[in-house]
Amino acid sequence: MDDLSDMKLSRRDLLITGAAAATSAAIPGAAVAQATGAASPQAMTPPPTMAKTTLRVNGQRRELTLDTRTSLLDALREHLKLSGTKKGCDQGQCGACTVIVNGRRINSCLSLAIMHDGDEVTTIEGLGTPEKLHPMQAAFVKHDGYQCGYCTPGQICSAVATLDEIRQGIPSHVSADLNVKPLLSVGEIRERMSGNICRCGAYSNILDAITEVGGIKA
Amino acid sequence: MKAFTYEKARSPAEAAAAAERHPGSRFIAGGTNLLDLMKLEIEAPPHLIDVNGLKLDRIEPVDGGGLRVGALVRNTDLAADPRVRRDYGVLARALLAGASAQLRNKATTAGNLLQRTRCPYFYDTNLPCNKRVPGSGCSAIGGYTRNHAIVGQSDACIATHPSDMAVAMQLLDAGVETVRANGSTRVIPIADFYRLPGTTPHIENTLQSGELITSVVLPRPLGGKHFYRKVRDRASYAFALVSVAAVVQPDGSGRVALGGVAHKPWRVPAADAAMGRGAGATVDTLLAGAKTTSENAYKVPLVRRTLESVLVDAKKG
Repeated sequence: MDDLSDMKLSRRDLLITGAAAATSAAIPGAAVAQATGAASPQAMTPPPTMAKTTLRVNGQRRELTLDTRTSLLDALREHLKLSGTKKGCDQGQCGACTVIVNGRRINSCLSLAIMHDGDEVTTIEGLGTPEKLHPMQAAFVKHDGYQCGYCTPGQICSAVATLDEIRQGIPSHVSADLNVKPLLSVGEIRERMSGNICRCGAYSNILDAITEVGGIKA
Repeated sequence: MKAFTYEKARSPAEAAAAAERHPGSRFIAGGTNLLDLMKLEIEAPPHLIDVNGLKLDRIEPVDGGGLRVGALVRNTDLAADPRVRRDYGVLARALLAGASAQLRNKATTAGNLLQRTRCPYFYDTNLPCNKRVPGSGCSAIGGYTRNHAIVGQSDACIATHPSDMAVAMQLLDAGVETVRANGSTRVIPIADFYRLPGTTPHIENTLQSGELITSVVLPRPLGGKHFYRKVRDRASYAFALVSVAAVVQPDGSGRVALGGVAHKPWRVPAADAAMGRGAGATVDTLLAGAKTTSENAYKVPLVRRTLESVLVDAKKG
């Protein structure tokens, strides 16, 4: 293990050195700015700050002591070993990390775990179990709403929340009239699911699964 | 991401005072833009002040007709509020045209106003950017400029403002209410809130250091028909190439503001006066003096056609 981490470090250092050299050769202005930055105390990596937080994850109280930088996603995956929630882009563009917090879907990659003290978090593991699937999980299986499956936990959490949001009357970009309750329609579901990307392109099957659970014909 | 210390503020004044005590600190609410930038170390605050506990999450009527929107009201809740849907349709539409449902569930009213540009050169830390590292140069000028500004830009920066919501706020003449570290409060008219890049593109608004937005006030409803038409590369979940916010009255008069064309939401009072004379005259005034590149010259006719389609729809029953 020690040897491995040494290798990782030296590889990373090599990459950093390489990048800096390439930058200074190509863009003198940036090199100057970088050099100035490196000399200032601001640029030095300060030691991590630890903080305590308590989450309720899938109905269970979980106490954690975390580096303040830990995203909710990393807290779930790396600290609570709930690896159902996936890390795709880690910047809020793909939706693979979607979980439901206090009844609302969010990108867990763009949220700090310490900001969720006391919050109720539902992950894919909390929706159903292999023995007793959530209806949305069962519908994804039935309609083959995936190929590789990597985006699926996020898709399913998002789909469950989508139907909830329509039921609550929250409008969307495609709602024709803002002053009436939005329809449960294929168009509404497509728009509302746009924050979940599927690189395999299983969209039509995903849509079939959600429309079935929603009780409409695709 | 650089390590940081963290505190939860209990009142707006306490938050503003904490910001003054911790130079370089940032307020955090939804975090959907700040954390993204912190991961890339474009932002590296040594201290975060969590403002989510400040109880600024209400939408209340104000005297004289209007709404006070708390800084922490989530984009989802603002767009879903029945009063906003009925009286400020342009705002609800703009919010719903932005981001994804997941992001709108976290993103706040104040945070949305303070979004940073999505200029790819701002995000690429290997390249110079005057907004990221003042004085380092602008990589966008002479670079790939399809999504960049066509009005109001400078030799230092041609980035655009990414917010849809802010375009509607600009159209509605919203007021930005703040508290400063010494506890004093003020209202900044949104017309005075954003800055053009000039020689200091890293300074994007007129907030002072540590000044905290507490709410945004919408003046009394304008009536008329409300439109927010956003043109983008895909049907959902993409930033605007251009967007047109408009309120059109039955007699054809109205207001118009643009997104995707400038460093800030773009509104020209004289263009409102031209609205009765049609889209061509209005856009000639809005985009007077536009400076385009071969890659973004398309935005001028696109704005005209988008406004044209809005005016056609405004005439429908």
